[in-house]
Amino acid sequence: MTRPANPKFSPKILLASDLAEGDVVFWGQDGWERDLLRAKIAYDEAEVATLDAAGKAAIAANRVVDAYLVDVTVDAAGAPAPSHFREKFRAAGPSVRRDLGKQAWLQGAGNR
Amino acid sequence: MTAHDPALPPRPNSAPTIYAYDEYDRAFVRERVAEFRGQVERRLAGALTEEEFRPFRLMNGLYLQLHAYMLRVAIPYGSLTSRQMRQLAYIADKWDKGYGHFTTRQNLQYNWPKLVDVPDILEALADVDMHAIQTSGNCIRNVTADHFAGVAADELEDPRPTAEFLRQWSSAHAEFSFLPRKFKIAVSGAEHDRAAIKIHDIGLRIVKNAEGAIGYEVIVGGGLGRTPFVGKLLREFLPRADLLAYLEAILRVYNRFGRRDNKYKARIKILVHETGLDEIRAQVEAEHSAMDRAPFAYDAQELERVAAAFAPPAYESLPAHSDGFEKAKAENAEFAAFAAVNVAPHKVPGYAIVTVSLKPIGGIPGDATSAQMRALADAADTYGFGELRVSHEQNIILPHVKQDDLLALWRDLAAAGLSTANAGLISDIISCPGLDYCALATARSIPIAQAISQRFADLERQRLIGTLGIKISGCINACGHHHVGAIGILGLEKKGVESYQITLGGDPTLSASIGELLGPGVSAEEVPDVIESLVQFYLAERRDGEAFIDTWRRLGHKRFKESARREGEDGSGI
Ligand code: HEM
Ligand code: SF4
Repeated sequence: MTRPANPKFSPKILLASDLAEGDVVFWGQDGWERDLLRAKIAYDEAEVATLDAAGKAAIAANRVVDAYLVDVTVDAAGAPAPSHFREKFRAAGPSVRRDLGKQAWLQGAGNR
Repeated sequence: MTAHDPALPPRPNSAPTIYAYDEYDRAFVRERVAEFRGQVERRLAGALTEEEFRPFRLMNGLYLQLHAYMLRVAIPYGSLTSRQMRQLAYIADKWDKGYGHFTTRQNLQYNWPKLVDVPDILEALADVDMHAIQTSGNCIRNVTADHFAGVAADELEDPRPTAEFLRQWSSAHAEFSFLPRKFKIAVSGAEHDRAAIKIHDIGLRIVKNAEGAIGYEVIVGGGLGRTPFVGKLLREFLPRADLLAYLEAILRVYNRFGRRDNKYKARIKILVHETGLDEIRAQVEAEHSAMDRAPFAYDAQELERVAAAFAPPAYESLPAHSDGFEKAKAENAEFAAFAAVNVAPHKVPGYAIVTVSLKPIGGIPGDATSAQMRALADAADTYGFGELRVSHEQNIILPHVKQDDLLALWRDLAAAGLSTANAGLISDIISCPGLDYCALATARSIPIAQAISQRFADLERQRLIGTLGIKISGCINACGHHHVGAIGILGLEKKGVESYQITLGGDPTLSASIGELLGPGVSAEEVPDVIESLVQFYLAERRDGEAFIDTWRRLGHKRFKESARREGEDGSGI
């Protein structure tokens, strides 16, 4: 949820690719989530360290591939959005095919 | 026969002029599928780490991209049977998202397979004698060739038997499985180069010497990427009998001396550049003289056997000109426009080569839906002896269509959304997947291609502009060939936003050249305007018969650069 922003600290989430299926997953309260809105947001260095450790453990456990931290902005409702355009696309899907990827899955259309 | 697709029984008209696997090939591919299935199982069970597994998956053409895994399927020298095309469609429906992406390496990529399904996909490919082996990794990749092979009016010899020899030689070649870097070979047998042989690690051109013997001109050290080079002439005439031994010698020199300390300097182009062409030639000749050439000895009978697999289909004897075709053109302007642009002359009287554009206005270059793949397979069966080709321009070729059938074919293609009459024109854009899919990308490329295509949607205007290759890459790796686009576009990141560098004067053919930079990058929104201003300048300045590249060469880069300045707001962005 939203927290008072520390102007010197950019909030972060942990993102990875699911090993078996390859789609993007986010570290949430109870493990890996497919929905960005359920991603756990780290607001300070200690929380970042927790996320980072979760990523390393998940890689070691062969649950995900290529876990890394991503800077996000958080809106008034507490929803994170990746700051960089690359991760924006990762979190949504191809900008040229709105019917594919997370954006489609969220609408219940894609991810056959 | 495949166990999977009921739509697959071979049709009476399908007489694939394509190399047939023998039992050895089949058994080998099946073994590899079984092996990979085991590797996937062990990976999922945690017995293999990603570091251990990655080389295995790459050996089977499986990447991890932004949203999913990506599987790259080899299409040797771009030749496909209708049956194989149908199977590709079937795989797209069953395990992917109903489409496939045809690439500049004449391959097909699936953008959404799940790791757990890949062994099944590979098995389905094996059912139609296909695989994904050596489509990744530092090995000799899929050998590419002129997509008009065997049918081009300007052909000296069909390059496919040579390409097939190279496929067999390079497949599972133990010594060359871990080269310093990937290795790409292209073969052309015609007067005009449609295989971009000068931008490959090795380019082979079938030529005839003064005595009338057939052999090869050998080009080496071409390539794009971070440091683009046009290939250099290593051997003016290589006798056919020496082909495999000589290539073996080149690869040995590269394998031994190519740089392994720096990934960006590992391609043979850098070795040739740093060592010097003459020294490389001396080393190759020395290796060729010293090596045991017996295993690579030329067997004329074997070449004949292979060549027989590419024998022409059962053409009919037809007059060179079809009255029906002429009449249809006279009566139907839209069809005439298609015929003028997408139909090429054929070796055999009464036949034609048809380029099916995978670049609908505003579409994604190279993408085809499974329905379109089936429509293409059907068209190949009905009108073209069941054979198709993938071109390095990301289009599909139907190589043997009767002129009498062109109108009917065009109607069928139109029904499948495949009749865009833009082959070679400004909207026939090569584009890599860019940041919409690719994990290495620094910017998107597909939306840029779409925006340009839409800006120049008017096909009549496109014909007026004439031949113009626009090529777009989403990063410096240059998978979209931007360096050799008459107009090249490279997507980069500048201060946190996508920015596009434009180059002019690139050429992938025998007169190959690397494009020159127009200036600093522009934003995505500005790209179509910049292209528009360049095109207008060209239209105002061109002389009769000049293509964009000719005018650019005649006037010089500076003039075009200045024109872009004048056309821009104040030139600052350009
Ligand atoms: C997962 C997707 C891809 C990855 C990771 C990838 C990676 C690369 C890299 C690293 C290079 C530079 C190699 C070097 O210069 O040493 C490269 C070059 C190239 N790739 Fe890709 N690529 C991908 C997709 C594609 C696609 C979709 C195409 C065709 C549309 C393609 C065709 C090429 C070509 C033609 C070159 C440059 C030619 C050359 O210098 O040999 N690649 N790619
Ligand atoms: S040029 Fe770059 S962005 Fe495009 S496919 Fe190649 S590696 Fe990816």
